[in-house]
Amino acid sequence: MNAFRISWKNLKANPLTLVLNLLLVAFGTGMLAMLLLGVSQVGDRLRDNARGVDLVVGAKGSPLQLILSSIYFIDFPTGNISEDEARLLTANPMVKKAVPLALGDNYAGFRIVGTDTGYVGLHSLELAAGHFWTKAFEIVIGAEVAEAQNLKAGDRIYGSHGLSSEEDIHDDHAYTVVGVLKKRGNVADNLVLTGLESIWEMHGAGGQREITSMLLQYRSRMAMVTLPAMINRSTNMQAASPAKESGRLFALIGVGVDAVRWFAVALMLLAGVSIFVSLYNSLRQRVYDLAVMRVMGASRGVMLGMILLEGTLLTTFGSLAGILLGHGALHAIGYWQHSPQARLDGLVFLPEEGWLLVAGLLIGLVAALLPAIQAYRTDISETMSKI
Amino acid sequence: MLQTTNLTKTFATGTTLRFPDWTVAAGEQWLLLGESGSGKTTLLHMLGGLLRPASGSVVVNGADLYALPARALDRFRGRHIGIVFQQPHLIRSLTVEENLAIAQTFAGVGKDPLRIREVLDALDMELLRRSYPQELSQGQAQRVGIARALVNRPALLLADEPTSSLDNRNAEAVIRLLSELAVTQSATLVISTHDDRVKDAFFKNFMFELSHERISDQLEKS
Repeated sequence: MNAFRISWKNLKANPLTLVLNLLLVAFGTGMLAMLLLGVSQVGDRLRDNARGVDLVVGAKGSPLQLILSSIYFIDFPTGNISEDEARLLTANPMVKKAVPLALGDNYAGFRIVGTDTGYVGLHSLELAAGHFWTKAFEIVIGAEVAEAQNLKAGDRIYGSHGLSSEEDIHDDHAYTVVGVLKKRGNVADNLVLTGLESIWEMHGAGGQREITSMLLQYRSRMAMVTLPAMINRSTNMQAASPAKESGRLFALIGVGVDAVRWFAVALMLLAGVSIFVSLYNSLRQRVYDLAVMRVMGASRGVMLGMILLEGTLLTTFGSLAGILLGHGALHAIGYWQHSPQARLDGLVFLPEEGWLLVAGLLIGLVAALLPAIQAYRTDISETMSKI
Repeated sequence: MLQTTNLTKTFATGTTLRFPDWTVAAGEQWLLLGESGSGKTTLLHMLGGLLRPASGSVVVNGADLYALPARALDRFRGRHIGIVFQQPHLIRSLTVEENLAIAQTFAGVGKDPLRIREVLDALDMELLRRSYPQELSQGQAQRVGIARALVNRPALLLADEPTSSLDNRNAEAVIRLLSELAVTQSATLVISTHDDRVKDAFFKNFMFELSHERISDQLEKS
């Protein structure tokens, strides 16, 4: 009989109390684990999708909308800009790289993006099969598009006008799939890429060629200050910084995240109080147990340790269960969610989760402290002569 | 084997109880007699290392109990003194076998399942070793209490009113059992009682009476 087994059997003697306390700890820890993972993963995905893009230039409107539509492909574009005007920026010495985007069509809900090879370089996209587009109406599709629509190189598809509907089909021109991308785990998996010419020819653009936006990479940090100001002031385009806009977006979500976090912390504290009350009550029933153990040769220190162990065993098991619960819940959400831009994955473990275990351990220690001191003080002779 | 010298105990009311000196040789079996409230339990707890006297000494097997550091006293008690209480107070969350096993654990003598089987066998409790205390009758629970006191082969076996909650037949059986076990396990036995049935059943004629130093019931309660 070691100390763990004795403590565990003591806990098991009150199964309902044990389950209640485990649930309280597990739910508190589970929520915290889910938040921790969710926030970190969403942040990672958003950063990964925006990697290499320092500035987005598009039609005037909401800068957040411009970022959402041109980097994450979530919202509607702000409008179109003239290609010539955008191309002028390419010549600016502060710009290292410029990638044009032309949006407006979709295929079965997947966005068709007219661009050039710069976009391929930006996300270091690689082909799983076929080759990149060389002519108009040749497309390269993302891994998820290929999987969901069961497409392979050589297949022909028709795009539809708009960003999500399948009603207004462009049936005068068919696209030919010439390549399928390797899975990258980011937004590119859900895109249909093609040359700008395809979009222009599809919409019968004559002399006045337009694009949706231009992704820019700075040559130096100096440009960070001057370039956006210059664009916003002296052109009828707007410049938006992905870092700044996703920061703003996160600040908005952050309020909700904070509320849930405090709720989870309150739940953990409640678990601590519940454990304290349970141990304290069980101790009153167990005074003879403790006295008898002392008679059998256990020291005061052993009694103290045994009660502390009971508290920490409870919270440690609870936190472990909670972390697994959090991962399970997150994985379930990721499995059923419909926003591939930031798919959640419950199988990733973060080092920070260790702190949740430490916090659980501490709550157990604190909750068990008073009962443990009481156990330490139990007077054998007094207890045993009460019959 | 057991020697008390100038033992006194001061109660919360300020009264001081003096106990006469007492010498017990190894292997002897003694009855500690006295009306309830005469300080039997107090003396027995002092002998067992459970209650520190106001003054005086208790020497068991050559060890001056209250001169030992607290942890050493706990360990000594676990290894060398077995105590049977009025109520067995078995630990409810543990089986009969486990109740004995923790006695080995806490005394620090190491696991010895064979000894547990042996003691339970001697008390005819072998078949119930996986039962929980609430599944036992009062007599069976008392036997387990005795087995627990004996499992570490104590040199001194103390029993505090072991018959008070038992009927005539069981009371006699328990006393006989304690007496026989003390012989076979080579332990010195001290039974405290005010029960005449015990006095009649007990065949060894060592008695230590406390009747002349009576303290009031009120004092005992405080």
